[in-house]
Amino acid sequence: MYTEKVMDHFENPRNVGEITDANGVGQVGNPTCGDIMKIYLKIEDNIIKDIKFKTFGCGAAIATSSMVTEMAKGKTVEEALQLSNKAVAEALDGLPPKKMHCSNLAADALHAAIKDYQEKQK
Amino acid sequence: MERVYFDHSATTPVRPEVAEAMHKSLTEVFGNPTSMHYFGKLAREAVEEARTQVAQSIGAQANEIVFTSGGTESDNMAVHGVAMINKNRGNHIITSAVEHHAVLNTVKALGKQGFTITILPVDKYGLVAVEDLASAITDKTILVSLMHANNEMGTIQPIKELAAVAKSKGITFHTDAVQSMGKIPVDVNELGVDLLTISGHKIYAPKGIGALYIRKGVRWRQSLMHGGAQEKLRRAGTENVPGIVALGKACELAVRDLDSEPAYLMGIRDKLIKAVLDSIPNTSLTGHPEKRLPNHASFTFEFIEGESMLLSLDMKGFAASSGSACTSGSLEPSHVLLAMGIPHELAHGSIRITLGRDNKPEDVDKFMAVMPAIVERLRAMSPLNQENEFAMESDCVACRSSDTCYRQA
Repeated sequence: MYTEKVMDHFENPRNVGEITDANGVGQVGNPTCGDIMKIYLKIEDNIIKDIKFKTFGCGAAIATSSMVTEMAKGKTVEEALQLSNKAVAEALDGLPPKKMHCSNLAADALHAAIKDYQEKQK
Repeated sequence: MERVYFDHSATTPVRPEVAEAMHKSLTEVFGNPTSMHYFGKLAREAVEEARTQVAQSIGAQANEIVFTSGGTESDNMAVHGVAMINKNRGNHIITSAVEHHAVLNTVKALGKQGFTITILPVDKYGLVAVEDLASAITDKTILVSLMHANNEMGTIQPIKELAAVAKSKGITFHTDAVQSMGKIPVDVNELGVDLLTISGHKIYAPKGIGALYIRKGVRWRQSLMHGGAQEKLRRAGTENVPGIVALGKACELAVRDLDSEPAYLMGIRDKLIKAVLDSIPNTSLTGHPEKRLPNHASFTFEFIEGESMLLSLDMKGFAASSGSACTSGSLEPSHVLLAMGIPHELAHGSIRITLGRDNKPEDVDKFMAVMPAIVERLRAMSPLNQENEFAMESDCVACRSSDTCYRQA
């Protein structure tokens, strides 16, 4: 039911872990609904220099988290804010319909981390 | 890749002896049992022989067995049929929070059609209390439906005691024996039940065949299917002769093997439970430790989610199942685990392993060679850990649905 790209990102997730000196951290979801995504950002000169994730959830949740870190790395804050959950799912060649809303929150987690960074800059 | 099938509560392969009996009925004994000619008579004989086999396997009379399309139809037919014919006597139906959806949703649907329903809670092991049933009964109660053994966590209910309570008040009692059949003795008189559901594909017969036992004299009437006079007006539609023949054979073999198979599977089950609990930290057994099906082991793994465990296991050649929302098609994890007071985040991390006659003790060793690493990998990826898992939830909301709080255990 999952595409090869989803399975690849599930089996070999990119950028797993934490950034100890992150300057933006975002988390979405909760354990009750079965998905939590946490994104750590290291932003320098308005560019996402480093990004890592930790995720509790199903195969789609892990794969979308991994994919969003790949897509956001090296992008400017403004470019990263343009990334949508839909674009992440498309980059994985699609997700099963029932996964589209429950496990496709990776871009939301990224945006939450950027928001946290922007708050800290004020 | 060598594959190990650990999902026998989902379905089983058809036994060679059963397939052989079925093949004969597909090619040679192909007649319509209702036909008057030679071919019809042969098919009729095959159906009636199977009916006797099924009846004998549960201590019933042949004319008390009706063939259906499976467990779901039998459950629907039992609950709905008793409710409809008895509605002038009363309108109250009792069931439990851990029933299969075939019973639970049928009862809930009747709840929207003028019936009042009581859904009994369970304790942390998934057991219904006999006293809870006794105090739920009113003078309007017409039906109690409680399952014999649970598909998700393996707990065996005290059906004999529960049915005795209903009987003392003259109330009809149905039990779903889909999971217990062939695993533990199932005898309608020993249990004291009025209706009992059997499914073929859980006992090495094919999918699409089941049976409903209806005790002679019990007030029940077919209320869902309208059509011909097959099965003595109890189930319309041309008989699924190959399926019926297969079910008869499968029931006969299941009972014959009760002497040896449960003990064999229990040995593998206990080896597996011990290995998982001893060598993987932050794991728990779900369901009752002793009053459980001999082939059933179910666990929760903290901090990680069930579907990602299943995917990882499948990649290593192991087929299991989970009560996680991600595998159910809904946003809620298993209603059974929640009813036992298991919090949502733990229910999402549930894994069920159900053994069958093709499993060997070495399968446990093979499983334990891969499972700890799978759990470790997913835990390393998870933002949850010992310190923050429960802090993320405000209160023990799951306790609302159960008498006993899982976390206080």
